[in-house]
This record gives sequence, C-alpha cells and structure tokens, in this order.
Amino acid sequence: MAGIYIHIPFCKQACHYCNFHFSTTQHLLPRMIAAIAKETELRKTYLTETVDTIYFGGGTPSILNSSDIGLLLSKCKQVFNVNPNAEITLEANPDDITEEKLIEWKQIGINRFSLGIQSFVDTELQWMNRSHNAQQAKDCIELIKKYFDNFSIDLIFGSQLLTNGQWQENINIALSFNPPHLSCYALTVEHKTTLGKKVEKNIVTDIDTEKQAQQFEILMQQLKDANYNHYEISNYAKAGFESKHNSSYWQGKHYLGLGPSAHSFNGLSRSWNISNNALYVAAIESNQSVLETETLTPTQQINEYIMISLRTSSGIDLNVVEERWSKEVCDKIVSLSASWITTNHLVLHNKKLQLTQLGKLFADGIASDLFL
Amino acid sequence: MKNIRNFCIIAHIDHGKSTLADRLLEDTKTIGSRDMQAQVLDDMDLEREKGITIKSHAIQINYPYKGEEYILNLIDTPGHVDFSYEVSRALAACEGALLLVDASQGIQAQTISNLYLAIDNNLTIIPVINKIDMDGAMIPEVTDQIVDLIGCKPEEILHASGKSGIGIFEILAAIIARIPAPKGDPQAPLQALIFDSVFNSFRGIIIYYRIMNGTITKGQKVKFIATGQEYDATEIGVLKLGMEAKNHVGCGDVGYIITGIKNAKEVKVGDTLTQSGSMVERINGFEEVKPMVFAGIFPVETDAFEELRDCMEKLQLNDASLTFELETSQALGFGFRCGFLGLLHMEIIQERLEREFNQTVITTVPNVSFIAYTTRKEKIIVNNPAEMPDGTKLDRIEEPYIKAQIITQSDYIGNIMTLCLGKRGNLLNQSYITPTRVELTFEMPLTEIVFDFYDKLKSQTRGYASFDYHPIGYRDADIVRMDIMLNGEKVDALGSLIHRSRAQDFGRKLCEKLKELLTRQQFQISIQAAIGAKVIARENISAMRKDVTAKCYGGDISRKRKLLEKQKEGKKRMRQIGNVEIPQEAFLAVLKLD
Repeated sequence: MAGIYIHIPFCKQACHYCNFHFSTTQHLLPRMIAAIAKETELRKTYLTETVDTIYFGGGTPSILNSSDIGLLLSKCKQVFNVNPNAEITLEANPDDITEEKLIEWKQIGINRFSLGIQSFVDTELQWMNRSHNAQQAKDCIELIKKYFDNFSIDLIFGSQLLTNGQWQENINIALSFNPPHLSCYALTVEHKTTLGKKVEKNIVTDIDTEKQAQQFEILMQQLKDANYNHYEISNYAKAGFESKHNSSYWQGKHYLGLGPSAHSFNGLSRSWNISNNALYVAAIESNQSVLETETLTPTQQINEYIMISLRTSSGIDLNVVEERWSKEVCDKIVSLSASWITTNHLVLHNKKLQLTQLGKLFADGIASDLFL
Repeated sequence: MKNIRNFCIIAHIDHGKSTLADRLLEDTKTIGSRDMQAQVLDDMDLEREKGITIKSHAIQINYPYKGEEYILNLIDTPGHVDFSYEVSRALAACEGALLLVDASQGIQAQTISNLYLAIDNNLTIIPVINKIDMDGAMIPEVTDQIVDLIGCKPEEILHASGKSGIGIFEILAAIIARIPAPKGDPQAPLQALIFDSVFNSFRGIIIYYRIMNGTITKGQKVKFIATGQEYDATEIGVLKLGMEAKNHVGCGDVGYIITGIKNAKEVKVGDTLTQSGSMVERINGFEEVKPMVFAGIFPVETDAFEELRDCMEKLQLNDASLTFELETSQALGFGFRCGFLGLLHMEIIQERLEREFNQTVITTVPNVSFIAYTTRKEKIIVNNPAEMPDGTKLDRIEEPYIKAQIITQSDYIGNIMTLCLGKRGNLLNQSYITPTRVELTFEMPLTEIVFDFYDKLKSQTRGYASFDYHPIGYRDADIVRMDIMLNGEKVDALGSLIHRSRAQDFGRKLCEKLKELLTRQQFQISIQAAIGAKVIARENISAMRKDVTAKCYGGDISRKRKLLEKQKEGKKRMRQIGNVEIPQEAFLAVLKLD
C-alpha cells in the first residue's frame, strides 16, 4: 500500500493565511506539467508497492485543464502499479467548478473531491482573500453531490472575524449538505504570509486562543452529535469515508511526492523537492535531482509515530510500539503518559493511548512530553 | 640581575594598554609578525571580544640596549574595577609601572586608584601620554593632571602612540634607565611570589612567580609556605609568547613552574614558594580576596552537579578571586553560593564556565553580604536570602557601605548627583581636578551599585565618567527579604534582599518580568512578591487553552517533529515548583529588569 501526492503549485490569487508553496503567475504551467510527468518517470524506483491513493494538492489543482490532470494520472498508471479502485482526490476551489468540468474529471478517473470552502460568511471570505463567495460555495457543493458521493468540505475556524455564532452557522450550513467528510482547521498565523505580516505590524490582532478553543469545542460537539467520526485532530468522516490518502500519512505508509515542495517518505527517510517552480522545472528538464533527504534515527522514527498516531482516533498502539521497537520504549511512553492520564487528557484503553476530548486541545504539548 | 626589569602598565580601559603592549612586543621582536594579532596577550576569546583584560599575563622581552642584553618582564593587568585584586598581585611582582593616560581622555578614577596602589608598593612610575596623534588630544592639560597627581616634572612624561608606533623606543629606554633592577640575594634560600596560576589539562597547574631571593633549579624540591606541601620542580622556565623551559630561573626574574599538581586546592595564589626545608617567611603585599557580590550558580541539569563542582575548582585555580561553597535550593537542587568581585566578574565566570568548560548554569539573584543581629545577640553573616533570620528573631541588619569616587566632566555633575542620591548616596566631596573635570566622592550602600549602577553611570555621562570604590564598613539598614511565590509556593531561588523603600517597585517589576518569561500552563498561575506574609505585588498568567497544530500532512511532519523535540528539550531544562514549571530564563529575570 502506498500513495502518490502531486503538488500543483499555482493559484489564481494568494489567500492571506496560506503558507503552502504556490505561484500566482502561470507562465510556467505547461513546462510544469511536463516536468511533473517526467519526475514521475525519474522516480519510478521509489515505490515498489501497489499505489492505492493519488492526491492532487496545491496550490489549486482545479485550475488545471482536465487533459493536464489526465496526462499526469495516466503517467502514474503507466509507471506504477495503481490499484484500479484507487482513491483519487482532487483539491478544488468552488469558483473553478462547472458541471462540464466535473463530468470530464469523472471521466479521467477522479473519484473524490476536497473542496476549499473555508467559510460561508462573505466578509470573512473577502478578508481571507478567497476567490469565491458563500453562494458559489453552496452551489458547487450541490453540483458536486450530483456526480460524486465521496467529497470533503474544508472549513476554517477561529479567525479574528468569526464569532462563535457564525461558526455554529457555518457548521450547520455544511451539515445541511450531509457531506461524507469534513476537514476543519484552526486558523494559524504563519510567518511570511500577508496575515502574518499584518499581525506582526499590529494591523490585525493576533489569534484569540480562548475563542479558538471554544470554537474547536463547538465543532467537536456538533459533529459528534451528527455522527461524524473525529478520526484525526482536524478531520471528521462518516463511517467508511475517511480519507485513505491522508490516513496513509498517519499510518506511516510510504508515499511519493511529485512537484515542487512535495514530500516523500519510504519508511526510513523523508525527502522533499525544492520549493521553487523555476528551479524545479529547470532541474527536472536537465535530469538533475531537486531532492533534499533526511534519514530518520530510531528515536526520530519513534517520535514521529507518537506525534502522528496521537492525533488519530486510534491513538498510540502500544502493541505496535513493542513490535516495531521494544518493550523498553513502550514502558517509557507509558510512564511519560501517567501525568496526562491523571489530568484526563489521555486514556489508556486496550493498550492504546488515546486523546480525550480535552486532550485534543493539547495534542502538541502531550506529544512532546511523550517524545523519547 | 642588574639587567632585569619587571614592570606593569597601569591604564584605564580603552586607554590603549593592550595596543601599546602589542607594539612593545613587536618592536623588540619578542613576537614575530607571523604570530602577531591584536591584543596578543589576551588569550581568552572573552577578553578579545570584550576588549578588556581579565587575567594577568606575563611575557619576557629580550632587548639589547647600549651594548647590553636586558630582560624586561611585562606583567599585563586587568583594568576594570572588579579586578583590582589581580592588579594588586601583579604590582607586587614589579619594581616599576608605566602610567598610561589617554591624551584625549585624561586621568580616570580607576587609574588613580591603581596608581596609589603602585605608589604604596614603592614602584617607580613612568608617566606616558598615549594616543598623542589622535584628534582631540589635550597634551598640555593631561600633562598638568599627571604632574599634579604624581609630582613629576613635565619633561619626565613620555609621549606615545601605540597605534602609530610613536615613542616605543623611548619607553623601552625609560624602563631600563628609570626602573631599578630587582634587589635580592641570589645566594639566599628561594623566596618567590606566586602571582598567578593557570590550569592546563595536559600539564596540570602552571604557576607564575617572581623570584625575590635565591634561584630555582629544574628538578629541585619546592615548598609552598601556606600549605607546607612539597613538590618536585618538574619543569621550570620563562614566559615568552609560549613557555620556554630552562634549567635555572634566577633571582629577580619572572618564570613558571610545573610540579604535576592537579588539584586546585593545593595552590594558593599569593603564597610564597621556597625550597625544601627552608624557614623563609611568606612575602606580604597581597590583598586578601574580598568577594563583593554573592549569587548562586546551579547546573541546568540537576545531575550535572559533580561535573560543575569539578569545573568550578578548575576555574578557581585560574581565578583565585572566585569563592564558592555548597548551596542547596528547593527549586534548583545542588549548586554553589559564589562570591564575586563584582557583577562583571560574575558575568565572566558564567561565560567562562560555558565556553571553557561547556557548563550551562543558572545564576540566581545576586546580593551583597549583610550582617544580621538576632534578638539573642547572635551575629550572622548573610550571603544568601535563605540565611536571613525570621522577622521575629531579627534585631537589626547592617549593610556594607562604600566610598565611591567618580571623575567626570563638570557638565554631568547634575546627572551623577541625581543618580547617586537616587541610590541612597551622600555626597562627601566635590573637587575640581581641572576647570572642567571634577572628582565627586560619595558614600553609598554597596548593594545599590551592584546591579546596574555602572551601566547607568555610563549612559548618564555618555561614557565620560570613571568610577572606583572602596568598602568603608557596615551601617544599619532597613533590609527586607522579598520572596516570590508561584501559586502560593515560595521559589527560594528568586528570593532577594532589598532595602524596604525599594521593595514595592522591585517586586512589581519582577512580577511583570516573570509574567513575560513563564510559559502558560493548563491552569492559571499567580505570581506574587511578598515580604513576610504581606503581598506587595502580583500578576496572573491565564491558563493555556489550546496547544495543537491544525495541519499534520506529509509535508508538515518533519518540521512539526523538530519543533516538538525542541520543546521537549526546553521542558527538560525547566524546574518545577509545586505544579508550576519555570524556564531557566526566569531565574535570571532579576538581572534583566530596567
């Protein structure tokens, strides 16, 4: 089991909070598609397993023609052993979605959508510099539902503008479409973004963590009531609709990342491509490597396992720890977890350490405490 | 012996002593141009960075003059007020001193105090006006100042520029002509003054000495008078840029000896070295080390205590003015209560522990030494807030006072008056050295100058003030112990001894600073400053509500793991009081108050 991530580093406009790698100029687009296709071939030895998931992320992959996406998909199928029932996800923005395009995407094999909705409040969408409005968001979900039963809605909470009441309303609107999957992210102020600079210059106030905590609690409660499985800190799904691709990150499965800034993992090391479109394209065109690699020490592997699995609903599986590493490592983690169990942030259940609802608010600090 | 000259240089910081020394060494070819670098004698990185001399250094210059070979031993000395002890040791090993005065700055307080020390030691003074080629050189005024101060004739004053190499050979000639050769009896039993020692991890302890009587021979047995211990002189020699081994070092000369001693405690700087079985007396002329400032030094990792002890002992060998004894703190575990010459000295010790011994330490609130009298008429020396008796048992407290001499331009008198009066000082005297330069004498509590006085003085006078002080005994004082409590638990390492009138303001600032430095936890933290049971200042840190990253996908994992690993490292260094975790920076908060 393995996954392929394809990074499409172009956007129409820059959302003020986003620190992913993208460019708002598209003159490199044709060469980029060719380069990613070529990289697929160059890295054919990276994965030996069957590919069960392919994920187009970005950037904004939905700005591509379906023929470009089709080309990249068929390249993957040509080079790798792709499972005929593979989950193939496309990240899409509402303003890119038309019925015509949906039909084409379906034809080339896309079977899951991740929709960048973020909010149903127009003032907030503008404040974030999103390229769509609330009505477009609603329309596109309706349209998606007509052709696809597997899709996810992305929402953002805890922004400086969003009140608790508006957040509740956003959740209600989203739930009214009965989406099989939701990804809900607490807004994070990142350096080198427009928002980050505004906060640093005191033009915008910093995040109110109390409000974010409240909105996270509201979210957890509402989605629990609506029978969603909170299977990862920021991800909620109806049974059977968990994102297979993203889950592979959290289960330590191998994945190949194609395109600028994309990360790959083969169990022992992590590699990442250069985060620069021009340099990426030029290097690939001249058969040069654009990779940086870091080999994980056993301690780093254990720490990653702790950090990632703790965020998931299955938690840290102590049987797995004992199998993959040792009884000593397992005992160490258990002893480090004692104080968090006492304070009701963690539970130890069937040899699994899991976050409680309270613990989910402190996943980072707890993970760091459990690190070796 | 008649061709030996032992001399030192007395100068204020920045008056060009190190540059002049560099030039003397270069022009006499003591150091080849290949080995030459600025501040060549200051071999500690810290000294070059701070542009100051911390340790005494010695170097031998061989110089032919009028057909004869001379041996000139230059003993370089520190200039900062904290290090007057080092100066006094160096002076006792010399017959003469160059008094170096910056042509544009004139005489400074520190120079005067060291000059008096040199005169007390019967040293021949050679006055030199340095930096004569600088813009703003005031040669006539500075000449008058020097004449007034030491009673020399104007024509006895040499003019030089270390930077441009002016006057170097005149200085060398004056050293030979004016400074007397060492006296002493080469046939008498060995009597040598130990003026410094360094620890070398390969050779053990290297002792620097000046022979007053007798000679020293390789392989002979030598005795330290203070300890009565005897050792073999495994290696002896003289100090060039490096060590140069010899079979003999003669009477009047300066040299080194290696005896294989490894333990710091076996060598007492200031002691006298003699030969086995000799009944020679100990040489006087050394000041006892008097620590002025006390603070706790604790290892960051509690289990590193033994290692720190070892390093402190080695450092003490190199810096005899450092004193320490065991201290235990509830918050910080085992550590040392250390005595320092001043705050700069404390800072240097901390940095040397880090750089030379790779020890990261926590330093606690510094304080001076108080005397507490109990109602039962006991006298207790209080070097540590924890030692202060409870209010009910306390009769009275005395604090150390100093006489402070400040020399400045008359324009800054107002600023200095405001500063010193604000520090509970009394003006004792005001005298004009020249129409524009004035010497102000204050008596002040030592505790008031410990923290930031020197920096404030510099900023209030744009650097145009020099400062020196001497202890003048103890006086009654209204000193209180201020405790810091976190969620009701007293943090012993943050306690301080302070004048009652200062407590409120200090307590408030400290609470504010701690609020900045403590990290949020899952519960609210109350920070309180209290005198006895009375809370005088408080701050609250609200509980952390959320500590979780939104996204953790393929590209986020590495970065996130590194961040959390770093966080874990930081937590390891935190100390726990009750349920509150305290980062180490918080223990240094006091030093960072405005």
